[in-house]
Amino acid sequence: MSAMLLNKEKWPEFIGKLTGKNLWAPKLEGEAMRFAPVAEDEVPELTDGNTRIPPKNIVFPQTETMYRFQLGDFEMKEPELKEEMILLGIRPCDARAMVIVDKLFSWDVDDPYYLKRRELVTLVGLACSEPGLNCFCTSLGGGPASTEGLDLLMVDLGDSYLLETITPKGEALVSEVSELLIEADTEKIKMKKKMVSESEGKIKRSVDHKGIPEGLPGLWEDPLWKSVSASCLGCGTCTYLCPTCHCFDIQDETEGFEARRCRMWDSCMFEEYTLHTSGHNPRPTRRERTRNRINHKYNYYVDKFDVIACVGCGRCINLCPVNIDIVEILRQVKEAL
Amino acid sequence: MTAENPYIPYTATVEETWYETGGDRCIKTFKVVFDDEDVRTNWNHRPGQCAMIGILGVGESMISISCSPTEGEFLRFSVMKMGKVTQALHQLEPGDKMMVRGPYGNSFPVDDWHGKQILTVGGGVGQAPLRPVVEYVKANRDKYAGLTMIYGARTSGDLCFKGEFEEMSKSDGLSCHLTIDVEEEGWGHNVGFVPQMLLDLNPSPEDTIVITCGPPIMIRFVLENLKKLGFADEQIYTTLENRMKCGIGKCGRCNAGGMYVCKDGPVFSYAVLKDIPEAFA
Repeated sequence: MSAMLLNKEKWPEFIGKLTGKNLWAPKLEGEAMRFAPVAEDEVPELTDGNTRIPPKNIVFPQTETMYRFQLGDFEMKEPELKEEMILLGIRPCDARAMVIVDKLFSWDVDDPYYLKRRELVTLVGLACSEPGLNCFCTSLGGGPASTEGLDLLMVDLGDSYLLETITPKGEALVSEVSELLIEADTEKIKMKKKMVSESEGKIKRSVDHKGIPEGLPGLWEDPLWKSVSASCLGCGTCTYLCPTCHCFDIQDETEGFEARRCRMWDSCMFEEYTLHTSGHNPRPTRRERTRNRINHKYNYYVDKFDVIACVGCGRCINLCPVNIDIVEILRQVKEAL
Repeated sequence: MTAENPYIPYTATVEETWYETGGDRCIKTFKVVFDDEDVRTNWNHRPGQCAMIGILGVGESMISISCSPTEGEFLRFSVMKMGKVTQALHQLEPGDKMMVRGPYGNSFPVDDWHGKQILTVGGGVGQAPLRPVVEYVKANRDKYAGLTMIYGARTSGDLCFKGEFEEMSKSDGLSCHLTIDVEEEGWGHNVGFVPQMLLDLNPSPEDTIVITCGPPIMIRFVLENLKKLGFADEQIYTTLENRMKCGIGKCGRCNAGGMYVCKDGPVFSYAVLKDIPEAFA
């Protein structure tokens, strides 16, 4: 690991060196911030706060072609995934989410689409100096400057960015812009430590998950599932905006004789998700679906992959139209244990 | 893209089809053979496994493989006409192509059951995943103490695999007990529900493995009655189904509690199943 310094005066130049390399950065589109490609002459400004839409679509597109074919023919043509990309300004929680989701997509059978995209992307993280109101990453093993999953971490030190390389991919990126960088001295490292500790102090929400994974099965019939899901609209926002939610549907689309089989994000909060053709539904109401969502993240995923499938990004709390709050649900779970 | 893409199906040709049952929700059986010789040779399924079958441009459905590998280098699927994909499949005729990927899921541990008496308890189309076990035991007759099959449906017309029962009853150590819900003229077998027939037959739990599949309500009472007969949880197996898309534990939806039916199942012993909260949901 090396620590370098990029003076913000050199930011446009730094960006200029990366824009030819399929660079993506947070961009305000309408009222929602999301990751978007950076145009040749564009200089993105990295601002406070996280994107509303998580960058999971970079490795797991909302709709993705699995293969194309002609109706009546049996030759299936897979997309060629070979273009490398750089994701600039991903927050540590979202990078950590990718590490968590990697486990699922490489569990026993490799998912070629996801894993190929993961291989092609370089993650340049940005440490959080101003955590959001509903951030609780520190409860789940993350933090404002967590490097898990990142190739390179950037820390905003006011007039400069501290660049810490984490992986060979990160080092390769730094070597391409090395003439813009200087070695970071111990003073700057101290500044980073101070910033990170201040940032951690600004995180006001927390989840005490000790005992929850083991305790959830015992709460299967607890009345809390009814009450916490009572106002749920079943809109699926919590899962669409969750960086660790990975469930998908597979559908065939045809236009004339041109056809493709594609997969798209799906949500366990939708009735159709588990609906059998017979009309039977093993999770018939929002009570069962909410219970599944919490159990999947805080129990089943822990059983299978030894990690909680929640990074504490707070998006599901921020954007729920009826203010369902996972931190509050988990508090009630804990209380009921 | 990597060389191995588990989502790409193989083409197979429909060799034969026939109807098991009639009506709006009729069940049609397809005997299919993979087009590629290597696929044909390397394909290796075990009793209880499933496959994603479908038609390009329409979609895929997870269907039990209803034949035993001992029967030959072909696959059989018995498909009830229900939704978009199965309706399209029903239009296939001999010579048509079907897409197949798999085999998926675990299987009945038939090789751990050598020396045992096997009892299958099936209802309706639930006999489809049990049939491979029946055929496997028949093909390896010397390795098992015997096989008893209980099979029921609402009416005689709703029973699948009809032509195969007569022959079975004549074989040594094999017996076949059929039942329908309501009396019909000319029906020479039992009348009544499957769980009751199980009680009436009163099989001994000694050195016996029971596997059951059918409608959830039937399974529930079969399990209840098996306990009454003194069967231990470890002697009882069943196979679950849920809506599925990927078949390889990625798409998320088929979970019953923390178990993915497509990967951790579909076969579960009751010893495992009784602790899965959603298993019978």
